[in-house]
Amino acid sequence: MILNLLLGPDPALLGTPPMSESPFSLLPAASTNAQEIDDVYIFITALCVISFVILMGAQIYFMVKYKKPKAGHRKTSPLTHSGKLEFWWSFIPAVLLLILFGWGETLYMKMMSPPDDAISIRVTGQKWFWTVEYPDTAGAILTDELIVPVGIPVRLTLTSNDVIHSFFIPVFRLKKDAVPGRYTNMWFEATTPGVYPIFCAEYCGEQHSSMIGKVHVVPREEYQAKLDEAARLVQDEGESMVDFGKRVWDRGGCASCHSLDGTTKTGPSLKGKYGADETLIDGSTVAVDDNYIRESILEPNAKVVQGFTPQMPSFAGRFDDKALAGLIEFIKSNK
Amino acid sequence: MSEQPASYDLENPSEPNFYKAQKGLKSWLFTVDHKRLGVMYLASVILFFFVAGFLAIALRTELLTPAQDFVSASTYNQLFTLHGAIMTFLFIIPATPGALGNFLLPLMLGAKDVAFPRLNLLSFWIYSAAAVMLLCTLLLGGLDTGWTFYTPYSTATGTAAGLAALGVFVAGFSSILTGLNFVVTVHRMRAPGQTWDRMPLFVWAIYATAVIQILATPVLAITVLLVFIERFLGIGIFDPAMGGDPVLFQHFFWFYSHPAVYIMILPGFGIISEILTVHSRKHVFGYKAIALSSVAIAIISFLVWGHHLFVSGQSELVGVIFSFLTFAVAVPTAIKVFSWVATLYGGSIVYNTPMWYGLMFLWTFTIGGVTGLYLSTIATDVHLHDTYFVVAHFHYVMMGGLVIAFIGGVYHWWPKITGRFYHEASGKLGALLVFIGFNITFGTQFFLGHQGMPRRYFAYLPEYTTMHQVSTIGSYVLALGLVIAGISLAMAFRKSAPKASSNPWGAVSLEWKTSSPPIEHNFHDTPHVTGSPYDFPEIDKSGRTH
Repeated sequence: MILNLLLGPDPALLGTPPMSESPFSLLPAASTNAQEIDDVYIFITALCVISFVILMGAQIYFMVKYKKPKAGHRKTSPLTHSGKLEFWWSFIPAVLLLILFGWGETLYMKMMSPPDDAISIRVTGQKWFWTVEYPDTAGAILTDELIVPVGIPVRLTLTSNDVIHSFFIPVFRLKKDAVPGRYTNMWFEATTPGVYPIFCAEYCGEQHSSMIGKVHVVPREEYQAKLDEAARLVQDEGESMVDFGKRVWDRGGCASCHSLDGTTKTGPSLKGKYGADETLIDGSTVAVDDNYIRESILEPNAKVVQGFTPQMPSFAGRFDDKALAGLIEFIKSNK
Repeated sequence: MSEQPASYDLENPSEPNFYKAQKGLKSWLFTVDHKRLGVMYLASVILFFFVAGFLAIALRTELLTPAQDFVSASTYNQLFTLHGAIMTFLFIIPATPGALGNFLLPLMLGAKDVAFPRLNLLSFWIYSAAAVMLLCTLLLGGLDTGWTFYTPYSTATGTAAGLAALGVFVAGFSSILTGLNFVVTVHRMRAPGQTWDRMPLFVWAIYATAVIQILATPVLAITVLLVFIERFLGIGIFDPAMGGDPVLFQHFFWFYSHPAVYIMILPGFGIISEILTVHSRKHVFGYKAIALSSVAIAIISFLVWGHHLFVSGQSELVGVIFSFLTFAVAVPTAIKVFSWVATLYGGSIVYNTPMWYGLMFLWTFTIGGVTGLYLSTIATDVHLHDTYFVVAHFHYVMMGGLVIAFIGGVYHWWPKITGRFYHEASGKLGALLVFIGFNITFGTQFFLGHQGMPRRYFAYLPEYTTMHQVSTIGSYVLALGLVIAGISLAMAFRKSAPKASSNPWGAVSLEWKTSSPPIEHNFHDTPHVTGSPYDFPEIDKSGRTH
C-alpha cells in the first residue's frame, strides 16, 4: 500500500501533496502549535545568521588585514586578554540563550499539555506499520492512516508491540517515541485540511524506511462521516468480491509486508501463490488454498513459509467472515 | 622561554632518531616509546577513517535516488551502523589522544615518556583487540542496530551485535587506561618551570579529555555488561518483554556517549589553539578562558545527556532541565571560538596547509555550534530530532570540528613526526576540496532535516531527491579532497622531500626543542621553562602593555 520498494516511495500511492522542494521554504504548518514553533525556528535562524556573519566577518577581515608580509614578519600585537571584552562576550550570549531557553520551554510545556476536551486516539507501532484505533467509533481500526478534524484538539496515546518506533508528523512539527511496555502521549489541533505524511523516526529494522503513513486532516463537519466511511468494512452494493477484498487488503496494511508483484518483503509475495505449494520452515509442504490463507490470517505463526520468520500479527477479530472471503478472493485474483 | 640553541639538530648529529634507535618488528610491537605508539595509533586511526569513510560513500551513493537500488535494505542498515561504530569507537575517540596525544604530550611537557609506558603499550594492544572484534562483525554480517545499539532492537538481533558490544566494551578499557596515563603524566611529569599556566593549550585539552575518559567510560562498560547479563542470564533489565525498561538503556548509553562527544572534540580545540597561534605569530587570546572553559565543558558535559531523550517519553520537567543545562554548555564553547578569532587580531598570518585547516575549523565549527541552538531549544528539537538536521549538526561538530582540526594537527606536526615536509600545493588543494565538499554534503542536510527527512532511511519520498543528490555529489568532492590530503602527506616519504629542521614553524612550545624526528629519549637535558608557550619573537613588546 505504501511503498513499492523497487520503484521507491510513490507519492501518488501515498496520496500526499509534495511538501516542499525548495530548501529555503518552510514546510507547511498544519497545526496551531506548528506556527508558533516556526516562529522560534525563525528567531533562532536570525540569531545564528547574525552571530555567524559578525564572527566570520571579523575572521575574514583579520585574515586579509593581518596576512604575513612578503618578506619576513611584521611585529604582532602583544594583546593576550581583555577582561572587559571577555565579560561582554560571555554575558551577551548567556542572556540571549536564556531568552531562547525561556521561549522554547514555555512553548514546549504548551505542546505537552493536551486540553481536556481532546479526542482520544490510540496508535500502536509494529514492524513496520502503525495501527490507529478510535475508541469512540465501532470498527474504526485503521492501518497507516490517521483521520483527524480541523479545529478540535486530538490526543494520541502511543505504544509499540515490538521495538521502539517514533511517530513523526512533520507538518505538525511533532514526534514522540512509541515505546514497548509503556504509553506516551502527544496532542495537536490541526488547522489546514489536507493529506500529509507520517514517518517512523526511530530506526526499527530492515524496513524502517517504508514505515510511512498518512494523516488526513478533514473539515470538522465531515470528520465523523469520513471516519465512519473508513471504518466501514462491508461489501457495497454492486461491488465485486475482489474489489471488496482489495479494500480489506488496504485496510489491513497487508502490503507493508506482502508484495503483489513478486518482490520479497518481510513476508512472502502473494503473486500467483493461490494453488501453488509452499515449503514450510519444518520442511513439510502445504498447498495454498482457501483454508491455508484463512489460517495464515487468523493464526499466522502456525505454518510459516521457509525463509521467513514468525512475526505476522493475528487478524482474528479484525475481519469478519465476509471480509476474509473477499480478501481470499483478492489474493486468488492476483495471478 | 629561556634562550635555547638555534637548533638541537646540531647538538648531537650522530644520535639516531626514535625510528632508527631500534630495529625489527618486535621493537615496534613491544615498544614502550610513546612516539612509536603514537605513530602506530596514527596509522591505525587513518586506516579506520578511510574504511568508515568508504562505507559512507556507499551510503551516499544509495541515496542518489529515492528508490532502494544500489544496495539492499539490510546492507544499507549495516553500512550506516558500521560507519558510525568504526568512526566513533575506532577513529574519532582514539584519534587525537591516541595518536597526537601520545606523540606530543611528553614532548610538550619536556618529559622522556608518559608516566606509565607499559600501560600505554597495553592500551594500544587492547585497542587493537577491540578493532579486530568490531571488524569481525563485518565478516559475520548482520550488525544493523545503528551505532547506538538501542534496546530492545539490539537485544533481539543475532550474534554480531553481541560481538560488537564486546568490542566496544574492550575499546573502553583502552580509553580509560590512556586517560589515566595522561592525567598522571600531566600532574607529575611537567618540566621544571612548567606551571599549569605555562602548559600549551593542547595539553589542557588532552587533560580535560582524559578526565572525561576516566569518569564516563566505565558507565559504558557497565551498560554493555548489563546487556550481556540480560542476554545470557535472562534477567530483564532493558527488554520490556522481560519486564525491563528500554529507555533506561538510553539514559545509560548517553550518560557515556554525550561526554564522549567532548572526548572527541576537546582535543580538537587544543590542536586549533596551537595552530592558530603558531601560524599567526600571536599569543593566544584569553589563555585562561580557553583552558578553563575546557574544564567547564568537561564538567557540564556530564549533565546534558537527557537532550538525546527529548522525545523518548521522559518527563517534561526533566526535558526542560536538560534543555537548560545544554544551553549552559554553549557559553564556554562560544567563549573559545571568540578567543580564537580574537587571536588572529594583529597577527602576521602565514597561509600554509595547517593554517588553512585551522581557519576552516572556525567556519565549520561555528556552524556546528550555532545549529546546536535549534536542538537545545526543546520546542524546535521535537520536530528536528532524528532527522537529517541532527545528522548535519553532529557532522559539522565531529567532522567539521574534530576531523578538520585533526587533519590540521597532522599537517602541523607532520615535520616533527616524519622529519620531512608534506607537499604544500597538493595539501592546499586537498584542504580546499575538503572545505567545499564538506559544506555541500552536510550544509544541504540541515534543509533536508527541516523538511522532515528522517535519519537512517534507504528510500525516501521524491520531494527530497534534489537535496539528497546535491549532498551525495558534495560527499564525492569531500572524498576526493581527503584522498588528495592523504597523498600530500604521503609525499613526505619521498627521498626528495625537503627535510624539516627541529623547529620549522618557529614555535615556542617544547616539542619543537628536540630534533625532527625526535631522538629516542626526547631531550638530552631536561628543558627548563621560563615563560608562556605562545611568547613568539615577533610579538611587539615595545612599551604597549595590556
